[in-house]
Amino acid sequence: MSKNGKVLLSGEKLELILGQRHILSGVDIKIHRGEIVTLIGPNGAGKTSLVRVVLGLLKPTKGRVQRHNKLAIGYMPQKLHLDASLPLSVTGFLKLTGNRGSRILEALEMTGVSHLSESPMHRLSGGETQRVLLARALLNDPDLLVLDEPVQGVDVVGQAALYQLIDKIRQQQNCGVLMVSHDLHLVMAATDTVICLNQHVCCHGHPESVTEHPAYLELFGHSAQSGVAVYTHHHDHDHDIHGDVVDSDAPADPTIKSHTHTEHCNHG
Amino acid sequence: MPEFLINALIAGCGVALMAGPLGSFAVWRRMAYFGDTLAHSALTGVALGLLLSININLAVTLCCLLLALVLLGLQNNRSLTTDTLLGILSHTSLAFGLVMVGIFGEGRIDLYGYLFGDLLAANTDDLIMIGATCALVLPLLAWLWKPLLSITVHEELARVEGIKVAPVKAALMLMMALVIAVAMKVVGVLLITALLIIPAAASRRLSKTPERMAVTASVLGMVSICGGLALSFYYDSPAGPSSVLVAALLFCLAQMRKSDF
Repeated sequence: MSKNGKVLLSGEKLELILGQRHILSGVDIKIHRGEIVTLIGPNGAGKTSLVRVVLGLLKPTKGRVQRHNKLAIGYMPQKLHLDASLPLSVTGFLKLTGNRGSRILEALEMTGVSHLSESPMHRLSGGETQRVLLARALLNDPDLLVLDEPVQGVDVVGQAALYQLIDKIRQQQNCGVLMVSHDLHLVMAATDTVICLNQHVCCHGHPESVTEHPAYLELFGHSAQSGVAVYTHHHDHDHDIHGDVVDSDAPADPTIKSHTHTEHCNHG
Repeated sequence: MPEFLINALIAGCGVALMAGPLGSFAVWRRMAYFGDTLAHSALTGVALGLLLSININLAVTLCCLLLALVLLGLQNNRSLTTDTLLGILSHTSLAFGLVMVGIFGEGRIDLYGYLFGDLLAANTDDLIMIGATCALVLPLLAWLWKPLLSITVHEELARVEGIKVAPVKAALMLMMALVIAVAMKVVGVLLITALLIIPAAASRRLSKTPERMAVTASVLGMVSICGGLALSFYYDSPAGPSSVLVAALLFCLAQMRKSDF
């Protein structure tokens, strides 16, 4: 279902230098309507910076981001810290988007937390906050959903449920999804493209279905719900402790066809 | 009721009216120290007004506005925390004001009145100044209410949703500077933050929405002013500090109420 949709947003050769630090170099990213792109990478790889560049919160040092005309973005930040001194109910929080009560309730029903509509924001649990934030992102009628670590701090069963919800939203709204994953290997099963980032794009490709994957079965057994998939990295380079690319002798596994190498991979 | 008391009531209630919503933002955004810094700079304004022989109200207002802009610019400086920067600026401007007033204001100026307020001496000029500030600040607050609340909840989310964060933030700081400049008359340089923070904090337990909290804070502020003036009238206590004490009492009373929100 993925790449026949229109390109919603594309960035070419994105370069980001903050102070003395090189955060991103030569990053290409493209998101189509109806496509789910998951961004993975180690800490400090520049995932959140790339998301901020895509959102227009940070200006890239070089390269540019092109957005489809009048692109509506629904953004779900990684964390929301509300001071307990601010008496704000979930409905009050969602009303800041300028929507009416009935639409707000619809969005809350969609994300499965309509029973919380009158609860104070600062009393919500982590998972509840995520779902309220997702409802808020939906209220913008997004063409593109940008989710920064949406399942952070949620257990695997909860993750599967959230992933299924995101997939349902994608199908209903026919929007594109850009998501940051906090895990290097487990991603959402419905992901069309995984981008592994470590300053540059290390590799990208399609995740494997989790139910077939021995690593996942070993961890969670057959009883675990699907919705989560494993992404197998096949890098042909390593990084030294500075993050610079070092050639590695290990040949790429020819049996894996689902990922593509970029020009930064330094191999034939 | 004697005229000076009526003037004092109008002046005090006008300031408390604006201090309610602005104080609520100060509490939500943890800006108490920021308020202190602006307030202390008001004394520098007094000194400069004397030195340049311009209207002191005007000099104080300009000084507060200028400092608010400086603070806005300094927020992007990452080498020192805002806390430290405010600490430096706050006490430097207070010391500078005290030294200047000491040298140039000897005999011409009532330092005590500037430090602790001189509500009972509020004259027509002060009333006009406070009225004009109300006429500017209250509609602006109502107009910017939603964006202000949005950036308080999550700045980046607000930016993605199309709110121009920088101008909205600047407007909040400038409004705060204006109110502090006129509040100096009521409670004095050293107690302005109390008038902002205490009624807002007291109203937290009594409110379930931000709007309710802001309005309740205004009402509690006005009650404090009335109480302070009554104390001052019957027991000859200083009006500004008495109002702050009444506000603190209201805060304690509010804490007795159980809130599950």
